[in-house]
Amino acid sequence: MDFLGSVVTWFTEAGHWSGPDGIVQRLAEHVQLSAESVAVGALIALPVGIALGHYGRFGNVAINVSNVGRAVPSFGILVIAFQIFGLGDLPIVIALAALAIPPMVTNSYVALREVDPDIKEAARGMGYRELALLLRVELPLAVPLVMAGIRTSAVQVVATATLAAIIAGGGLGRYIIDGFAQQDYTKLFAGAVLVAVLATATELSLAAVERLLVPRGMRLLRTPTAQRAATFKTA
Amino acid sequence: MPAALFLDVADPWINWTWLSTHVPLFADALQQHITLTAIAIVGGLILSLPLGVAAHRWRTLRNPVLGVFGIFYTIPSLALFALLVPYTGLSETTAEVGLIGYTVLILVRNVIVGLESVPADVLDAADGMGYRPLARLLRIELPLALPAIMAGVRIATVTTIGLVTITAIIGLGGLGQLILRGLIENFHTPLVVATVLSIALALVADLALAGAQRLAIPWARAE
Repeated sequence: MDFLGSVVTWFTEAGHWSGPDGIVQRLAEHVQLSAESVAVGALIALPVGIALGHYGRFGNVAINVSNVGRAVPSFGILVIAFQIFGLGDLPIVIALAALAIPPMVTNSYVALREVDPDIKEAARGMGYRELALLLRVELPLAVPLVMAGIRTSAVQVVATATLAAIIAGGGLGRYIIDGFAQQDYTKLFAGAVLVAVLATATELSLAAVERLLVPRGMRLLRTPTAQRAATFKTA
Repeated sequence: MPAALFLDVADPWINWTWLSTHVPLFADALQQHITLTAIAIVGGLILSLPLGVAAHRWRTLRNPVLGVFGIFYTIPSLALFALLVPYTGLSETTAEVGLIGYTVLILVRNVIVGLESVPADVLDAADGMGYRPLARLLRIELPLALPAIMAGVRIATVTTIGLVTITAIIGLGGLGQLILRGLIENFHTPLVVATVLSIALALVADLALAGAQRLAIPWARAE
C-alpha cells in the first residue's frame, strides 16, 4: 500500500534517526522521562505498600488508591502540572510519578498480604525478628507481585509520557503531536509505531526481569508471570 | 498543537463568574463524554461476552485471546488513535475502535474468571436436572458469573472515562476538549473544572454500577 510504503521510507531515511528531532534522541528522552518517573514513584509507593502489607493495616486505602488513580485523567493532570511548574521535565516527571504510584501501592500491598501466614509463623518460630522476616522471607516471596506492580506502572508511564509532547515536552510523542499539527500522517503513523513498540517492549522485558527475580524455590511452583492485582490504563 | 506560554499569575484556578455563564459548555462536554463511554462499554460487552464464553468453552482459545488483547492493551491510546487516523480519520469510529478494544481485555478476562468460578457441583446438578448446554449457560453459568463480570464493567467504565479525555487530540474528547482548550488558551478554569468533573464522573459511575450490582445480584456482596 502507498501509505504504508511512505512510512517504511520514513524509517529508512538516515536523517530521521539522528539530530535533535531524530529517533535516537526522542527515544532516549522518552526512556529517560519514563525511568525517572517510575523511580520517583517507586521510592514513594513501594515503602508505603510494603509497610501496609507487612502490618496488614489500611487495606481499604491500599486497594482503593488504585480505583481512585484509575479515575484521574492523566491528560488533565499533565496539563495542570504544566500550569503549576511551567516548561521542562519537572512537571512531566511529577505528573507521571503521581500516576505511577497507585498500581505499585496496591500490588505491593497485595503481594505482602498473600504471603502464606503459615510460612511467616514458621519463620517467627525459627527466631526471625520482624525486619529479618520482612527482608528474608516476605519480600522474596512477594517479588512476583511487587514486580507486576512496577511493570504495570512502567507500561502506563511509557504510554502517558507520549502525552508529554502536548505540553511541549520531548519523547516519541513529539512525532504524533507534530504529525497531527502538520497533518503529516506519515510522521504521525511512524511515531505511533515507535510508541507502541516501546510500550510492548517495556512490558515484555519487565516480565522477563520478573521471571529472573523470582526466588529459585518459587520458580518450581509457578513459572508464568504474576497476574497483576490491578489492571491499569490511564493513557 | 501550539504550546501555551506560562502560568499567568492573574488567572485564578477557577473563575466562578466565567464558569457561571458557561455551564452549557460543560453540560455538552459531559454529555459527549458519557455517550463515548457508554458506546465503548456496550460495544465492549457485545464483543467480550461471546469471546469470553468461547475462550471458556474451548480452552485452547484462552491464551491467544488474552494474549492478543493484552498486547493491544499496552498500546498507548494516543498512539492507537494516531495509527487509525490515516484510515478512519478524525472521527468517532477512530475513538471507539480504541476505546472498545481496551474494554474488551478487561471484560473478557473477567467473563472467563467469572465462568471459571462456577462450582463444578452446580454444573453437575444442572446437567442432572436436564439443562441443555445453552440453557445451562444462560440460566446457570452467566448469572453466577455476574459478580465478576460486573466488577469488570466497573473497572472498564472508570478506565474508559479517563481515556475519553485523550480523544480530544482527534477532535472529540468530551471533557478532554475543555482540558485542551484550557491548555491552548492558557486559561485555568476549563482545565481544572473539566479534570475535576472527569474524576467525579468516574467515581459517580463506579458507585452507580456498584449499586446496580447490589440490586441485580443481592446474593453476592459488591466488592
